[in-house]
This record gives sequence, C-alpha cells and structure tokens, in this order.
Amino acid sequence: MKRLGFILQKEFRQIFRDRTILAMMFMLPIIQMVILPLAANFEVKNINVAFVDHDHSTYSRRLMDKIASSGYFRIVGYEQGYREALYLVEKNEADVILEIPQGFERNLVREGSQQVNMTVDAINGTKSSIGGGYLTAVLGDFNSSLDVITRMPQNTADLKAPPIEVTWSDWFNPRKEYKYYMVPGILVLLLTMIGGFITALNIVKEKEIGTIEQINVTPIKKWQFILGKLIPFWIVGMIVFTVGLTVMYVVYGIFPKGSIAVLYLFGAVYLVALLGFGLLISTFSDTQLQAMFVAFFFMMIFTLMSGFFTSIDSMPPWARQISVLTPVTHFIAVVRLIVLKGSGLEHVRMELYYLIGFALLLNGLAIYNYRKTS
Amino acid sequence: MSNKAIICQDLTKQFGAFKAVDHISFEVEQGEIFGFLGANGAGKTTAMRMLCGLSFPTSGKATVAGFDVYHQQEKIKANIGYMSQKFSLYENLTVTENIEFYGGVYGLSRTEIKKRGGDMIDMLGLSQSAKKLVGELPLGWKQKLSFSVAIFHRPKIVFLDEPTGGVDPLTRRQFWDLIYSAAADGITVFVTTHYMDEAEYCNRISIMVDGRVEALDTPTQLKHSFQAQTMDEVFYQLARRAQRTAD
Repeated sequence: MKRLGFILQKEFRQIFRDRTILAMMFMLPIIQMVILPLAANFEVKNINVAFVDHDHSTYSRRLMDKIASSGYFRIVGYEQGYREALYLVEKNEADVILEIPQGFERNLVREGSQQVNMTVDAINGTKSSIGGGYLTAVLGDFNSSLDVITRMPQNTADLKAPPIEVTWSDWFNPRKEYKYYMVPGILVLLLTMIGGFITALNIVKEKEIGTIEQINVTPIKKWQFILGKLIPFWIVGMIVFTVGLTVMYVVYGIFPKGSIAVLYLFGAVYLVALLGFGLLISTFSDTQLQAMFVAFFFMMIFTLMSGFFTSIDSMPPWARQISVLTPVTHFIAVVRLIVLKGSGLEHVRMELYYLIGFALLLNGLAIYNYRKTS
Repeated sequence: MSNKAIICQDLTKQFGAFKAVDHISFEVEQGEIFGFLGANGAGKTTAMRMLCGLSFPTSGKATVAGFDVYHQQEKIKANIGYMSQKFSLYENLTVTENIEFYGGVYGLSRTEIKKRGGDMIDMLGLSQSAKKLVGELPLGWKQKLSFSVAIFHRPKIVFLDEPTGGVDPLTRRQFWDLIYSAAADGITVFVTTHYMDEAEYCNRISIMVDGRVEALDTPTQLKHSFQAQTMDEVFYQLARRAQRTAD
C-alpha cells in the first residue's frame, strides 16, 4: 500500500505539471457541452417548400398560407410547373414540392376529397422524413378545418366528434426540445473520451520514452502499477463529470430529476470500465499513434451504436446486439433515464450489473495482458 | 553458490530462427566489476534483459543474486538496479521527485529517502538543481543521476547498459568514480560499454560475438592471450570474426 502511495504521488505530480493536458481535461468538457448541443440538433426547421399551384383558387391559396404560417417551412417559390419546381430541388434550394392539381377546390367541395402531389428530396433522410411528416400533419389539419367549413351549412348534428379522438401530451420533454436528449448524451461522451483515450495514451507514452522498462525492472506489482494509473484518471474523470453536470444545469437548466447519488454511482462504475478499456488498448500498442487509431476505431463504433444519435430500437437485430455489448449504450440510457425521467436505482439495476460486468472484464483482461516480463 | 552474484549456463534467447543470445555461460563474483563487451547487435542487451527478469530465456539456466531467471523474476527485481540505454528517469519530475518515486517503489521509507536522497544530491553536487526538472539537466548529469538512482536502494547487483554513451571524457571519468565507489560498497557491477579504455577499468571482461561469449578474462590476461598491446586490438580481432551485420 505504501508503494501505491508513491506511485499515485508521482502520477498526480505529472498530471498537474502538464498544463496542456490539464486545460484539455477541464476546458474541453465545458466547450463541448456548450457548443455541441447547439449544433448537433435534429430539430427540423426551415424546410424549403416550392409550390406548384394549378388551381389558383381560394382553397389552394388557403392551404399554402396555412403551410407558410406553420413556422417550420420556408417558401422558396411559387412555380408554374412541376419541372421548374424540380429544378429548385436539383439546385438544392427546395426540399419539398407540393403540387396542387387543377380542380382542387371544385373536387373538395363537390366530392369531399382531392389528392395533392408531394415530392420530398430524400437525400437527407431525417429532414425528408420529418419534413414530409410535418407537411402531412399540416394537410391533415387543413382537412379537418375544411370539414367544418364544408359542413357548416348543414345540420349541426353532423358536427359531433369522430368515433375515436386521439389527443396526446409529451412526457419528460414536454416542449420536445432536442437539448434534453442531446446534453446528457454529450456528457457521457466526455467521460468516454477521458476514460478511453487518456489512460491509453499515458501508458503508451511511458512505453515510448522507455520509462516503462525502468518500472518493469522494479519490484512493483502489476496491480499496483495498474491502480496507480487508474485512480488518478478516475478522479480526473469524476471531476470532469461534475464539471459537465454543472454546465448542464447552469447553461441548459437541466437538473437531474432522479437521485444524484445514483447518477454518480453509475458514473464511477462506468469510468472504471472505460479506464480498463484504455488500459487494455495500451497493453496492445507500442506507440501513441497505434493506441490512438485503435481507441478511435472503437470509440466510433461505441458512439454510433450507443443510441446517442439514433434509436437503438430501430436498428437491425445484429446491430442491436452489438449495441448491447458496448458500455456506452448502457450509460447513455441510464443517464437519460435518471436525468430526464427521474428513474431510481430499482429501474436501472440491470444496467448497473452490465456496467460492473464490463468493468471487471476489461480491467481483468488488461491486468492479464500486462506483462512485466516479455 | 552463495558468493556468486550471477551464474549463467547455456543461456539462450531465440527470436524465430535467429539466436540473439546463443548458449552463453559465465559467472560473476560478488563485488566484481564485470565488463560485458561486444559489437552492436552482438546480443548484449538481450542477455542483460534476461538477467534482469525483463525477458524470458528460450533455454539454459541462470541465477541472479541466487534467484532463478525463470521463476523468481520479481525477487531478482527487488535485488538489482538497472540503468537502460535509454535515459529513463521522468523528465517532467524534479531530481528530488524522481529519487522519491524510485526510492518508494523499492520500498524505502520516507525518512530514509529524505536522508539518503539528501546525501546523494550533495555527493553528486546537484544541490543547486534539486528542484529542477530532470529534463533540464545536461546529459552527463542525467547519466550520473540515473546511476545513483539505480543504486539508491542498495541493490546487490547493478546492471548498466552503455551508461556513458554520448558523455564527455571528463564526465565519463567521474562516472567511473561513482562505479568504483559503488563496488567498494559491495555492489556487483555488470556493465556494457563500447569504450575500450572503460574496459580496462573492469576486473574482468567478456566479449560477445554473434550471440556467443568468445573471450572472458581480466583485461591483462586477454591482452596477453591475444598478443595485443591494447584492449582495442583484442576487440578488433574478435569483432572481425562476426558474421552478423550490426544493426
């Protein structure tokens, strides 16, 4: 134990002597947390619409006004024909074309139904599906208001409510603001970076400058060396986590609905798992460049499959299985649950077991694979 | 048995088909300064790493300080000091901090470290620089400090891998004074070098060629048996037989 004290003292001295790393560790989280949620935003606004109105009627006019006033669309043109509108799409100026056919008003009034043609540029999948959805919703809304107008003169009994009425309210994120979804995720990514990269690079750097050989020729025990690396970066990670939570509250006004103690418990276990991952990489790499590439490779997979950007439920089964095998997935899920829904330990116990499993497995492999004698 | 610091019998290290160290056998007495010579690529460092417990031998037997190189590496490590070719103190720690760390790693108490460390810094004449980062010291000072740290925990044997590479003649002289005083304290010194004048300072030397020990004796005896005036000549005669190209 006494020896471990000397090792920790040395690590802390080195960490706090390196101003660049220190600044990176504490400024990066703040900058990332402030900038990324603003940019990484899936909320779709400014959908560019081009209209082709062949009807030139009151109803077609009213439909276009309704779309323009919804707040999500920007009208980029009223074109004479479909071809001209398509040209706007090709120039990337329009995302959606709405073509209103001739006889739109007449058919609506006489027959009660009329088709319109909606063309969506699907290159940006998210924007197209969400934009298309919004437009459909506006059309539906227009439909029902039309219902009222066309039926007005008739018997008011016809105005009774439809058999099934759907109403909804949005829970946990009532204003459907994207930041509630993104900010906790970014916090997790921060811890992932600290855990996955910094330890790996730190140990491999000792390999590069040759000090590791000097360590390997001393009677230091493997566990002492590994704890000597884990503990300082664990503490740094927990400080970064705290800084991140503070930024989340101060900048975004998001205060964890659930228990902060549970949140920290998960953060602590998660960091141990990720530090173990970094250690494991360092045992395989001889240069910092190698370690960077390997760590980066896994970080990409971890991040993209973690449900940070996309819903895990909509992944194909094989991808869902990979997703379950990455620690990031579990921690992101838990942080969102605790911060946004206020879930308690009893709701997320399985995730805790998963993370403890990862921590044991990764660190075990790292200790097994670290060799003082080659 | 007990008075031999190192016993080596047919020690071999093979990387694939390449025998880096090929059945070497020798013994080193306690308190001896043993020079371990050979051209670049002759296998000196590989042999030394096996003796220090950094690398597993392929075959053969060896004990260091009475401990077996296959099974008791951690015990060997507690009883030896090692100074590698690469400078390996922490450049971003100060002189005192480095001493403190290595002292602590070898299990010395804080009071011991403080007392002995102070003495050592005075002896090296580093009192002015004790709070300087090691990276800022000139190379000669670094090497002397590195050696002093390697024997700080008073090991039975110290292994030095080309400790004076790139150091000026005056500092080399001072360095050898340090080696002599360590030997006088009873520490066995196992040293590799390319400087033949340094070879003359050793009690006995061995010369490795292509992974084998081709000669082993006192410098005087070696010169006699090779009918050479200087150690340089002895070395040339042996090294010329080498088949391997130096790396």
